[in-house]
Amino acid sequence: MEIVIPVIIVGIIGFIAGLGLSLASKFMSVPTDEKQQKIRDALPGANCGACGYSGCDGYAAAVASGEASPDKCAPGGAASAAALAEILGVEVVTERKTAFIACGGTCENTKQKFNYDGMQSCTAASLVSGGPLECEYGCIGFGDCAKVCPFGAITMQNGRPVVCGDICVGCGKCVYVCPKSLISLMPETAKVRVNCSNKAKGAPVVKACSVSCIACKMCERACESGAIKVENNLAVIDYSLCTACGKCKSACKRSVII
Amino acid sequence: MNNSTTIASILLAAILTNNMVLSKFLGICPFLGVSKKTDTAFSMGVAVTLVMVVATAVTWPIYHFILAPSYTYLETIVFILVIAAIVQLIETVLKKYIKPLYNALGIYLPLITTNCAVLGITMLNITDSLNFVQSLFNALGAGLGFLLAMLLFSGVRERLETADIPEFLKGLPITLVAAALVSLSFLGFAGIGG
Repeated sequence: MEIVIPVIIVGIIGFIAGLGLSLASKFMSVPTDEKQQKIRDALPGANCGACGYSGCDGYAAAVASGEASPDKCAPGGAASAAALAEILGVEVVTERKTAFIACGGTCENTKQKFNYDGMQSCTAASLVSGGPLECEYGCIGFGDCAKVCPFGAITMQNGRPVVCGDICVGCGKCVYVCPKSLISLMPETAKVRVNCSNKAKGAPVVKACSVSCIACKMCERACESGAIKVENNLAVIDYSLCTACGKCKSACKRSVII
Repeated sequence: MNNSTTIASILLAAILTNNMVLSKFLGICPFLGVSKKTDTAFSMGVAVTLVMVVATAVTWPIYHFILAPSYTYLETIVFILVIAAIVQLIETVLKKYIKPLYNALGIYLPLITTNCAVLGITMLNITDSLNFVQSLFNALGAGLGFLLAMLLFSGVRERLETADIPEFLKGLPITLVAAALVSLSFLGFAGIGG
């Protein structure tokens, strides 16, 4: 019977502690901000951190306190921004952004520098003298971006990653993982895009890949609104001026602009 | 020795000579885990100090009036139970009444629930057969000592961030080496304050 008293002692202390806690939580509970709770419910709850806060709860608190704007949620996109704006009673204009991989190189049109037989990852391959491709700016094609995508929006087709615009929520995970920094988040409204990241010029670029930007400036001359400029040997489109007329596309001899 | 000098020596001993982290090697987890930045280290140190004092204030009477003399072997389990409950209670109370402090301590408060430094100090108070007031000051000193160790070490680690460290020592190894060196420097306090 020796066991009875210690059990009772621990039991009683535990009971008192439990009682104290439940009383405390009852009488000293802080009502969570109703607005914050509503915002939290309107968010998708992926806890992806694309908004820059620790998770959906952190973002909801920041939005409720007016610290963050309601359009930061990438997975929720325009729908959640609209829902949040309605809760807050403000209006927001959002643009849906999706990932865009600025490289048109494939096994056929980009030459190999050497046969890479190591770890099947772009990051690893890029460490071996800049990757196995003749073009040191191009997509290596081991699909680090497809592996990191939490939504399965990037699939590998013929050794090249393809972004499915309908699934992509623009969280930006692939942007960070690409060792060649080929991926950027582009507004869906951007109809004309430069599909190359090669910043070198001249003959080596022509030799390395058949769909590379050689900085010939044909697009720059063709553009009537002055939206496309060649900077650092690469065509760059200023979307605030672009009228999506498509003249640059037909002017480009190397099918870089799509 | 009169009462005030006893308390002063207890405080001094707890902060420097018997420093929780650097001499007794308790609470190493938060010491290595949250000492990357000075401000988080400070928050953690304050939270630990607070919990140590409150935990001692509750566990001392429990030990001496309920467990002693027949059921002293229940010390560990009862103390763990009580400390866990106290930490939760402190969190609730702070959330209600001192919101800025609650925000400042943030995640660190619930993390202390199972911190061995807190359990350690409550049990050491019993082993050293200190009276109630002495125990409170010992706990306060231990907490401040923890805070001091955290602050010192976070300073060291912030410097380590920019240091040129050999590849094989990068990360945890160099952190442990640095911790050992800081601990070694505290050996110099041995003998002060009894």
